[in-house]
Amino acid sequence: MTQLTLAPVRRRISAIAWVRENLFSSPFNTVLTLAALYLIWLVVPALLDWAVFRATFTGLDRKACLGADQGACWPFITHNLGQFIYGHYPEEERWRVNTTFVLGIAGLVPLMIPRVPWKRLNALYMLGFFPLAAFVLLSGGRSGLSPVDTAYWGGFMLTLVVAVTGIVLSLPLGIVLALGRRSRLPLIRLFSVIYIEFWRGVPLVTVLFMASVMLPLFLPQGVTFDKLLRCLIGVTLFSAAYMAEVVRGGLQAIPRGQQEAASALGLGYWQSMWFIVIPQALRHVIPGIVNTFIGLFKDTTLVLVVGLFDLFGMVQFQLSDARWSTPQTPTTGYAFVAFVFWVCCFGMSRYSMSIEKRLKQGGSK
Amino acid sequence: MRNRFTALIIGILIGAALIYFLRPNPPGWEAAQTGAPSSTASAPAPVAVAPAATNTATTTAAAGSTLAAVKARGYLKCGVSQGLPGFSNADDKGQWAGIDVDTCRAIAAAIFGDVSKIRYSPLSAKERFTALQSGEIDVLTRNTTLTLTRDTSLGLDFTAVNYFDGQGFLVKKEGGITDAAGLNGATICLQTGTTTELNVADYFRTRNMTYQIVAFERNDEALSAYEQGRCDALTTDASGLYAERLELKDPAAHVILPELISKEPLAVAVRQGDDQWEDIVRWSFYAMLDAEELGLNSTNIDDAKSTTSPEVRRFLGLDGDFGSMLGLSNDWAYNVVKLVGNYGEIFERNVGKGSQLGIPRGLNAQWKQGGLMYGMPIR
Amino acid sequence: MVMKEQKASRPVTLGWSNPKFRGIVYQLLMVLCLGAIIWVMAGTAIENLHRLGIASGFGFLNQPAGFSIIMSLVPYSEQSTYGDAFIVGLLNTLLVAVIGVFFALIIGFTVGIARLSGNWLVARLAAIYVETLRNIPLLLQLFFWYIGVLRAMPKPAASLEPLPGFFLNNRGIVLPHPYEADGFWWFAGAIVLALLIGAGLRVLAHRRQKETGQIFSWIKISLLVLVILPLISFVLRGAPLHFEFGVLSGLNFKGGLRLIPEFVALTLGLATYTAAFIAEIVRSGIESVDRGQREAAQALGLTRSQTLRHVIVPQSMRVIVPPLTSQILNLMKNSSLAVAIGYPDLVSVFAGTVLNQTGQAVEVIVITMAVYLLLSFIASGFMGWFNSRYAIVER
Repeated sequence: MTQLTLAPVRRRISAIAWVRENLFSSPFNTVLTLAALYLIWLVVPALLDWAVFRATFTGLDRKACLGADQGACWPFITHNLGQFIYGHYPEEERWRVNTTFVLGIAGLVPLMIPRVPWKRLNALYMLGFFPLAAFVLLSGGRSGLSPVDTAYWGGFMLTLVVAVTGIVLSLPLGIVLALGRRSRLPLIRLFSVIYIEFWRGVPLVTVLFMASVMLPLFLPQGVTFDKLLRCLIGVTLFSAAYMAEVVRGGLQAIPRGQQEAASALGLGYWQSMWFIVIPQALRHVIPGIVNTFIGLFKDTTLVLVVGLFDLFGMVQFQLSDARWSTPQTPTTGYAFVAFVFWVCCFGMSRYSMSIEKRLKQGGSK
Repeated sequence: MRNRFTALIIGILIGAALIYFLRPNPPGWEAAQTGAPSSTASAPAPVAVAPAATNTATTTAAAGSTLAAVKARGYLKCGVSQGLPGFSNADDKGQWAGIDVDTCRAIAAAIFGDVSKIRYSPLSAKERFTALQSGEIDVLTRNTTLTLTRDTSLGLDFTAVNYFDGQGFLVKKEGGITDAAGLNGATICLQTGTTTELNVADYFRTRNMTYQIVAFERNDEALSAYEQGRCDALTTDASGLYAERLELKDPAAHVILPELISKEPLAVAVRQGDDQWEDIVRWSFYAMLDAEELGLNSTNIDDAKSTTSPEVRRFLGLDGDFGSMLGLSNDWAYNVVKLVGNYGEIFERNVGKGSQLGIPRGLNAQWKQGGLMYGMPIR
Repeated sequence: MVMKEQKASRPVTLGWSNPKFRGIVYQLLMVLCLGAIIWVMAGTAIENLHRLGIASGFGFLNQPAGFSIIMSLVPYSEQSTYGDAFIVGLLNTLLVAVIGVFFALIIGFTVGIARLSGNWLVARLAAIYVETLRNIPLLLQLFFWYIGVLRAMPKPAASLEPLPGFFLNNRGIVLPHPYEADGFWWFAGAIVLALLIGAGLRVLAHRRQKETGQIFSWIKISLLVLVILPLISFVLRGAPLHFEFGVLSGLNFKGGLRLIPEFVALTLGLATYTAAFIAEIVRSGIESVDRGQREAAQALGLTRSQTLRHVIVPQSMRVIVPPLTSQILNLMKNSSLAVAIGYPDLVSVFAGTVLNQTGQAVEVIVITMAVYLLLSFIASGFMGWFNSRYAIVER
């Protein structure tokens, strides 16, 4: 069964020829190249200069960052890093956040690597055990852990809490809605369509405002939800609509024959969906789910407008600290947040692209 | 069939786990956590109507028994600002301090004899009324101006005024503006959702002055906008201006204009319809005023127990039964002063000479010294 | 299992095994559940409002607002009503959305095409643009533009003046304000006439091409007409527009067209952010057209521009328009982030200030959401119509 594989013939080109072909092939191209080079020359040195050469790296307060030609003020970040990660979470309880994080990574990594087996069990861990464990660990109040009020939650931890809860809860809801939208039953279809189009039609900011100022009035007298919980409800309902559209795309990719074969075997609607269609559909929509997650992850910054302090909110909050107020502090803070978000989102989008590629290669097996 | 069986087992397991983890707090855990006397904390959670009665979804009892609900819950829920030095501000560790916070602590002292049994909810200007209406908080101590519209249309009642304020302007010294008349044509930064937005409009319009408003959702945004030159002036309550000036890079380069353009009685609000609760909140504050008039403070109040003065004896709960009339223990006022202090103490500590703000007593002095603070008689 | 099959084999039953019956039961159940939820929630809300004595109803829209708004497209003063404030906010939202979409499309198409450029450096730069802006939260970018860029501008007295009459300072941008002069209507007429001539030429050219196969380049002539006619009007009747320039007086600029920094930051942020997504859509749209198509067109002797116009663009548009629609809708919805930087849009003015002053959270939030829904439906309806037109052309 050995197969002789021939590498495609590679054209050998010299560096100069490459440059001529790719950068200076025509007068127009030459102009473009020069303009691009000018742009790079304008931006890159200035950026490096600001972030490294003229920046301050050590210091205890603003005095370190008041130089005449000051660049970034990095001690502002290092000094407040604990708050940027944990918010006001009590220092002696931070190990709980770390444990949660480790538990999450332990479940996520094998789930993300396609070769590792036990996917269904793993998914169950991530969708069932992990959220529960995270909830108990973070909020405490049972199993011997002291309660930590959600008012103290903040920083990157809150960003993750909002984004992960939003995705984990919206996935089942989204699946149900997607099935509903493709249902034969007109009323169920109608409801799903209305639900999906409603949430997709309104901005997240109004949803958050609704959760923070309107929702409490709709609860029976005596029942109140914590603000974070209300926001999570709002975010979940909101992202479920987007999730439903993603899942619907996956469902459409499954040939009708699959379902027909399933019912020919005597499986009912739910059985054929649960065992045949959804597992296949979900595999198709992993990139879509990751992209939805990226969107949601970025959108968590909006909780700032209803007074929750996610990573960005926490940085914004610390910016008003007079001990660190220098002309460069805000820029430094924003650059830090931008970098963190960029690394996370870029990493995830690359991952989703690689999965997409895999799916395309092995899609029609 | 095997698949279905597995699914069933897993479903049961998850269900059991859910029930285990999300069950209402077992009686007594709060006592274990906060070291509270078991008599108050061992009472079970009042109503179990919440879908998931965890510490993220709590319950308040029906109107008319806020006190019972607070006692059963074991702590008081106060709505405070998201950070206004001198009024309600959290430090790096999340410890709250300020005149509004002390007002809240006085209420907790009166009810529990313990000022640690409080949970603070930082609220934006927009959220504060909904939070009170919906029962998310028991009392709103968040520099809130008492106005007729708010009192009548928002489903809340204002109790005592804990700070008499007025709206002022903060400007840069280098601009050379010395009075409000110099603000003609100015751009003014403020926080939206407050009475200040309306006062500015009234003030400038009646004087035929032109102006532009840049309204921000958050206080610190308005402040940084002003500092960086987006606006010529910043406006809010004068006390707030003193507090915010401290957060500027160079406080000495800014000046607060002498005119106050409005009356801002900052008052404590409760939900409408629970008279007993309203009384408790009001009298917890009056106790601090009375203590100052009687010369009682947190350091000398223990010595006063040997007094013969009938007023002081009534105040301390040695004579009469005033505590139980409020539904509290008889040493409620003693606890307020012992644990929090009298009004003079909390004023000086948070906004007065003892603080960075350095605001003079002014209108907030005792009535005997030309101020408006007048302690109602406890008898 | 056996039982089931037996039942199912019976022709008509009203039992559980009849899928039609089951469907009706499911739907009934759902309607009942939904109805119950809505009934309970609405009932609770009404009861809460009554019990707490919170004002309700839409009467507040007719009451005077009493606050001022920094930017308004229609006359508005402190005596105007809350309803007027709503209109002001709505128009501000629409303004920023329309201008944002305009710039987003220009930047997006440019960057998208640049990503496919044969020039390695340009393609890389475009890719960096897309990957950077797409992966950073919009709110952060708005703060960057608002605080990092526009706040860092000098004071009004020391304004930058990149072009005569154009001023940049930390209070915003001052542009020359155009207003119509005597020659305006002549000029406008000339342009309309030129456009009509162009349209007529196009029709003629098409007819001629159909009949004779000859290609008549109508575009060049039309452009020529479009330049000459207005020029004639300009020479004969004078300039169509006069410009009023901004002048520094006291603390601020007077006159001119003043754009507040909140508006500029929001438009810039929305446009550059959305452009990154549009660029990706454009790129994948163009890439979706098979290489063979281009080669076939060349083999038929079509020129490069003809290939682009008649082969590539129509086919890629079919791929581009649907996701483009949702990006445009996203831009409109994202304009609600204005609330974070103090631009007086619908959310900021109505769901912000008005909600605070009246305290009628339910009514205000419901109106705000309804408006966004309506705008979404209008926009997606329009795009759907546009899309179907393209689909027909393509067949």
